[in-house]
Amino acid sequence: MTILNFTDWIANAPAWLQALPDWLQNFVFQLYQTFIYQNRWKFFTDGLKITFIVTIGALILGVIIGLLIAIVRTAHDSSVKKPFFLLRFLNWFCNLYLTVIRGTPMMVQLLIMGFVIMAPKTEAGTIACGIITLGINSGAYVAEIVRSGLMSISVGQSEAGRSLGLSYAQTMWHIVIPQAFKNILPALGNEMITLLKDTSLVSVIALRDVTKQAQNIANKTYQAFVPYISLALIYLVLVIVMTKLLSILERRLRKSDH
Amino acid sequence: MKRIIAAILATLMLVACFAGCSGKKTLVMGTNAEFPPYEFVDDSGKIVGIDAEIAQAVAEKMGYELEIRDMKFDSLITAVQSGNIDFALAGMTVTDERLLSVNFSNTYATGVQVVIVKEGSDIVNLDALEGKMIGVQSGTTGDIYCTDDYGQDHVKQYDSGALAVAALVNGQVDCVIIDNEPAKNFVKANAGLKILDTEYAVEDYAAAIAKDNTELLDAFNKALAELKAEGKLDEIIKKYIPAE
Repeated sequence: MTILNFTDWIANAPAWLQALPDWLQNFVFQLYQTFIYQNRWKFFTDGLKITFIVTIGALILGVIIGLLIAIVRTAHDSSVKKPFFLLRFLNWFCNLYLTVIRGTPMMVQLLIMGFVIMAPKTEAGTIACGIITLGINSGAYVAEIVRSGLMSISVGQSEAGRSLGLSYAQTMWHIVIPQAFKNILPALGNEMITLLKDTSLVSVIALRDVTKQAQNIANKTYQAFVPYISLALIYLVLVIVMTKLLSILERRLRKSDH
Repeated sequence: MKRIIAAILATLMLVACFAGCSGKKTLVMGTNAEFPPYEFVDDSGKIVGIDAEIAQAVAEKMGYELEIRDMKFDSLITAVQSGNIDFALAGMTVTDERLLSVNFSNTYATGVQVVIVKEGSDIVNLDALEGKMIGVQSGTTGDIYCTDDYGQDHVKQYDSGALAVAALVNGQVDCVIIDNEPAKNFVKANAGLKILDTEYAVEDYAAAIAKDNTELLDAFNKALAELKAEGKLDEIIKKYIPAE
């Protein structure tokens, strides 16, 4: 392994660098060994790839699971007569899922999926394991968010739809969901941001996400400041971009209100 | 307003005094208590092991109380540098890279990096490691050497040696490279595992102490030398590693 030593480095550095004050030299040195030396910036981009794949995969899976569960739960809770057997069973199952997933920490779920249930053998398998675990976890939260949205639309709306001759599914799709979606967008955005940050836990199943890679750099340089501050900035930028996109979407949807 | 500020300042000074001058001074040791027999959590929840006992003996010699903090192995050096802990004693190998960031005491034990495989594995010697998936504990010398030798794509980093071994039992990795003594414990605890006869690397364990704290380094080395001369060091090591 090649060792980078500050004294050697500064002796070979250009003159303008040697003219800087000590603390700034040291800071530039840390930046240099965190990002440039031996192409270490690749650690960050490699890690970001995993973070992106896991976040996007889990997001899609979470929304699908969440939607399905919310529809079952809403249909069950809003039915006037006693719901038929299958619906009652599905509702019971969804409740069980919500209780178990929301009642155990994400870290524990990752450890169980990674070492007991799935125990993936390949890199792709491990990524899939991460996506599935995070997706299942996020799905539980999305389900409650979506349900709150569906329940927030007054019964008069769906009654009106049904009176016009639309089926239950048509009423849902054309009348209830478009209005509900607008209401839940802020909460959904919140959940997405949480999910993005929760991906930093996947290192326990030996995935190298961007957090793990920053730790790896800190382990190589034994300097914590630059790698971890850079890591925080990376997450911050990602979240700011996400928030911006969500607010644009929100504004677009609000146009129909006027 | 002035009075409030004065009151706050007075309280702070009082607290600082309590922290600073209350009875015996404490020496804070950082370790990763997932590394038997050097450090592990015993049945009563206490952190014990060779390192814990050596630290206790050293602290006694120096007239300090010892406090042990358990943290991730890969945070230890940073914790020493930032002053969160006074020293790290965690079966840590002296390497040139680490020496750029911290000072090391004199060596108190020798470690050997070994390869754990499943019985009947096709990995029979070190040459067979090429192209295999290796499990390691994140930030250990096993991790550093393997990543250098075989590349990141062939190394899976786990938070602890025990998790890496769990992955080996599951078949998620082909072998685990870790220090000899914990390896023996892991193999004992899991059926169907064995340690290869060939050693991956031989290295020296020492305590990591902050660069600017030469006072502690000298005192630590002095205490360590005395313990060695008294035979206490061997006694502690023998207690945990019975001679074969």
